Amino acid sequence: MQDSPTKSASAAHDEHPAYLRHHFSSAEQQADAAGFAMWLFLLTEVMFFGGLFTAYLIYRNWYYPAFVSGSHQLSVVWGTTNTVVLIISSFTMAMGVWCAQTGRRRGLVLSLALTFFLGLSFLGIKTIEYREKIEKHHVPGFHYSLQSFLDPQSNPEVYAEYHDKPLAPDMARHTELYFSLYFLMTGMHALHMIIGIGILGFMILRARAGAYTAGHETFVLNFGLYWHFIDIVWIYLFALLYLISRH
Amino acid sequence: MSEHTIVSLPDQATARIPKDNYITRENGLLSWLLTSDHKRIAILYLISITFFFFIGGALAGLIRLELLTPQTDLMATDTYNKVFTMHGVIMIFFFLVPSVPATLGNFFIPMMIGAKDLALPKINLLSWYLYMAGGLLALYTMAIGGVDTGWTFTTPLSTHYVNTNVLTTGLAVFIAGFSSILTGLNFIVTIHKMRAPGMTWFRLPLFIWSHYAASILMVLGTPVLAIAIVLIALERTIGIGVFDPTKGGDPLLFQHLFWFYSHPAVYIMILPGMGVISEVISNFSRKRVFGYTAVAFSSVAIAVFGFFVWAHHMFIMGISNYAVLIFSLLSMLVAVPSAIKIFNWSLTLYKGSITFETPLLYAFGFMGLFTIGGMTGVFLGSSGTDIHLTETYFIVAHFHFVMVGGMLMAFLSGIHFWWPKMTGRMYPEKISQLAAVVTFIGFVLTFFPQFILGMLGMPRRYASYPPEFQILNVFSTAGATILGVGYLLPVLYLVWSLRYGAIAGDNPWQATGLEWQTQSPPLTENFTEMPVMDHEAYDYEWLEEQQKKEARSAG
Repeated sequence: MQDSPTKSASAAHDEHPAYLRHHFSSAEQQADAAGFAMWLFLLTEVMFFGGLFTAYLIYRNWYYPAFVSGSHQLSVVWGTTNTVVLIISSFTMAMGVWCAQTGRRRGLVLSLALTFFLGLSFLGIKTIEYREKIEKHHVPGFHYSLQSFLDPQSNPEVYAEYHDKPLAPDMARHTELYFSLYFLMTGMHALHMIIGIGILGFMILRARAGAYTAGHETFVLNFGLYWHFIDIVWIYLFALLYLISRH
Repeated sequence: MSEHTIVSLPDQATARIPKDNYITRENGLLSWLLTSDHKRIAILYLISITFFFFIGGALAGLIRLELLTPQTDLMATDTYNKVFTMHGVIMIFFFLVPSVPATLGNFFIPMMIGAKDLALPKINLLSWYLYMAGGLLALYTMAIGGVDTGWTFTTPLSTHYVNTNVLTTGLAVFIAGFSSILTGLNFIVTIHKMRAPGMTWFRLPLFIWSHYAASILMVLGTPVLAIAIVLIALERTIGIGVFDPTKGGDPLLFQHLFWFYSHPAVYIMILPGMGVISEVISNFSRKRVFGYTAVAFSSVAIAVFGFFVWAHHMFIMGISNYAVLIFSLLSMLVAVPSAIKIFNWSLTLYKGSITFETPLLYAFGFMGLFTIGGMTGVFLGSSGTDIHLTETYFIVAHFHFVMVGGMLMAFLSGIHFWWPKMTGRMYPEKISQLAAVVTFIGFVLTFFPQFILGMLGMPRRYASYPPEFQILNVFSTAGATILGVGYLLPVLYLVWSLRYGAIAGDNPWQATGLEWQTQSPPLTENFTEMPVMDHEAYDYEWLEEQQKKEARSAG
């Protein structure tokens, strides 16, 4: 009686691939369950970011001029570059999934490495942008300065492009709220990027050992979903934060 | 009555607990702490939530003791604020939210649908560790001085005015929230992808339907709480301004985000309890649940409506009259699916062969007390009465009738009902019936006077009150001591039964669920071979056929 479970377990292990966990009856069921769980997880992410988007939409409606002036302080060039970088990284990620599904080990490693470096480039550009905000005293809570909004000509580059009129002090104060939301939303996004890049590094190591090209590509597939999700969030952030006054 | 019972135990002289089961398969502390078996994780949860329940209960005892007299004589008002805050935080986030789902749900969802485990066993273990991390952080907060904002962390009090440990408490709740998200996610995936052959959606026990609905709420609601807490933390530390009127932010936004989770959270707490009641009522009246489909869909309806009523917590907080009107109407709508359940359970009992074992006594307690709690919820949903009654003891009585009278009764009902399956031994019947009655009497004596106090205008969250309210407060405190005895009894006799209880056998209740068609306590892999569901849920005729067949093959 006591022997039977172990015996049947070892017999079962001979029949199915090593990656099949004991409580699933087939590899399809396992892949199905993992994929479904990933979609649900992304749903919780939508709700998490949803709270921030709600706050953004309310305050943008209330303080539209402040949000416009705030967005003029961002660099559309850097923003666009980062958008392109992320979209290309989504493409390389999709290539990675395809390589895993068709059993191309070297192609998979290459695609993941490209995605990894594109992700890092995104964070690098984001750092340049953040540094500029610090220099201009546009970080809420840390010596936040209203000068760029009360006297737009103090910032000649931005003034040359937009010819912003000075904001009334009351409205200028609300630009701090814009930058709070800017840092919160892009910061949350960057945090997701950092986690994603960490997982990518781990996947590259495993992919070199051939872990995903022997018929078990679920992990790559689900990570791809996560990566595309971060990409989509950025596209919304780009439109909402950088392009407010461009119709 | 005493002879009339459905319990059928094996011959005690020869019966033994099966040698190989999920408890004996592996030994040692590490085999429990690193387990991925849903049954062992359920036991870990059961021990830890019981621990937190008694801490929360001790705090409740302190509150009632202070309120014995009109003056503030037991503790300073600041301490009182901390005590009721920690009582709320611990009871809601560390007892009520995980109570039935993480223990009974974890144990029985895979067994009821004929699976070997939840779809994501490691995530399941992770969720217990997150729960413990959050819980220990909450205890640490209490040890270093506590927090006094009330469990709602209301801004601007929590962000600008108090000097207590808002951040660590917030972090504790944040971490516990992720534990709840992972549990809900795991349940949804399991119910979708792990059902045994023949287990169609409308053959699922109603316990599964109600957990499914609660899981939807956990997955969609909890992330919003998480972001609200992140915003509170940033507002408090660096002053980002989203909730600060001086910078153009709006404290009401916090209320909206917080109640968007915290109203659905009351359904996270009550829905799994309703699942327990469906199983128990059906089993002890030997009838299929009346209107199975209606009860199943009413759970989903509660989950859906539950997301559109949050602003009824904010009628006096300056939302527009039109919003009040709409949220008032929607709040009353959510009473309909709850009523559907109560009516259908009553009709299940009608002309059933009822036997009065302990789980059914607790279930009766649930039906009576939840009905009162739910109906007073309708009073509070209508804005006219709400403006008079909100922030009084009427509210306190209302949600304790639902949460304690409802959910805790359901939890105890379920624990007694499934105890023989979880441990292989019966609890002692007579003393547990006594405990159920004591709990009911203690509960009514504690909380019914609070409805009257609230109507008379006694506000909540104060350590002192006008002397004319004392007599009703004395009743309430006296009731609380009886209630305390009612909760202590099960702990004592359930622990006793682990060693001395009668051997239960596979199916002591003659119940129909798949979990009863295997040994008690179950094997690590639950079933010896994958079960095939070839009948409807609650099909007692199928069970009789099965037993006749077995008797024939044995004979």
